[in-house]
Amino acid sequence: MTDAKGVIETFRSGIWDDNPGLVQLLGLCPLLAVTTSFVNGLGLGLATLLVLTCSNVLISSTRRFIRAEIRIPMYVLIISSVVTCIEMIFLAWFPALGRSLGIFIPLIVTNCAIVARAEVFASRNTVGRSFLDGIAMGSGFALLLAAIGALRELVGHGSIMSRMDMLFGGEPMNGLKLLDDGFLLAILPPGAFISLGLFVAAKNALDRHGHQTNRPISSNTLR
Amino acid sequence: MTQEALTSSGWPSALILAGLAAVCTAMVAVTHSATAPRIAANEQAYLEESLQPVLQGIDYDGKLSESTMIITLPHKLPGNEDVPVYRVYAGGEPVAALFVVRAMDGFSGPIRLLVGVDSTGVVTGVRVLEHRETPGLGDLIDSAKSDWILQFNGKSLVSPDAPLWAIKRDGGDFDQFTGASITPRAVINAIKETLAYFGDNREYVFAEVDSK
Repeated sequence: MTDAKGVIETFRSGIWDDNPGLVQLLGLCPLLAVTTSFVNGLGLGLATLLVLTCSNVLISSTRRFIRAEIRIPMYVLIISSVVTCIEMIFLAWFPALGRSLGIFIPLIVTNCAIVARAEVFASRNTVGRSFLDGIAMGSGFALLLAAIGALRELVGHGSIMSRMDMLFGGEPMNGLKLLDDGFLLAILPPGAFISLGLFVAAKNALDRHGHQTNRPISSNTLR
Repeated sequence: MTQEALTSSGWPSALILAGLAAVCTAMVAVTHSATAPRIAANEQAYLEESLQPVLQGIDYDGKLSESTMIITLPHKLPGNEDVPVYRVYAGGEPVAALFVVRAMDGFSGPIRLLVGVDSTGVVTGVRVLEHRETPGLGDLIDSAKSDWILQFNGKSLVSPDAPLWAIKRDGGDFDQFTGASITPRAVINAIKETLAYFGDNREYVFAEVDSK
């Protein structure tokens, strides 16, 4: 199943058809809380992508030990250990971003998109497929976070890609200043809900106009 | 399921969990030992870097974080927690003290401030370390958002006089923001209280003893 077609199908599912944020609406707490700028969204998206991929691989490779009655403690143990490691890695190599994201890196533990992939996919599939699934679903989540972050930053601050140095090093960057003043609402919590709503609506509208109207709902989605 | 069946099926589960816990702990331990020195160095560098702006125009020796003391409760500084003080020396003489205080009466919760005071009681700089004020209004106290916080440089309790340590609307000497007066009031009061504390306790602050 890990042939080219399967890979494309996995990515299509993770990034578009079953996007964890847009379709499954999982992990909304970090999604809404940190997307005040493009770099924050991308940073937390990448952290989630890493956690999801590692936890999928670990859970998949231990799946023959998984027993129904202890599977939740096993997921919790694996996911929380992975998150702890990722947090230390961020603080060691991306300290500014780690400080900016603050509590939301440890809070990845509570992102239900991760435990959902563990339960629905990783515990029933091979390591290779779980690895791909983690990358695909994680990318879908990261792209959405970055996109919402970019929209809110653009509308709220009138700039885009400010402080990219937190991710890539170098001198502090102010990013591209496109407008002098921003529309404050976009940065405030309601702006997060409105932005997510716009993205969900845009996806649904695109799907409706596409040729996918009669496409059956994918069976590996947790609803 | 009988009691016996439960116990006999419980053991493998327990062993699996114990084994997994050991593996996960090892993973965290390895990552920790690989990252700990870098994280400590980053924190040190960040501390030095964040103390720098409140020491405008002051020459000093060594590292800023080397001579730290903690002023424990109860104290007369703003805030309800222990206050770390970074003492700055040049040629063995104390030249400034940096206080990390909390202004408790911010608009949306406490505001953490770093207040630098030179040995004669003059403000060498103030920075907001942490706040939750309204974006676009109260958050102008943040040096990244406006220059408001810079107006305290060079001020002391004799210039302007203590009663003038207030926003202009309250008859004081300092600017307020349109639409936000609670936030600047809280910041000004916290700085004023810190200066007053320093004036009364200068010797204690610069005492050589390792106060705990």
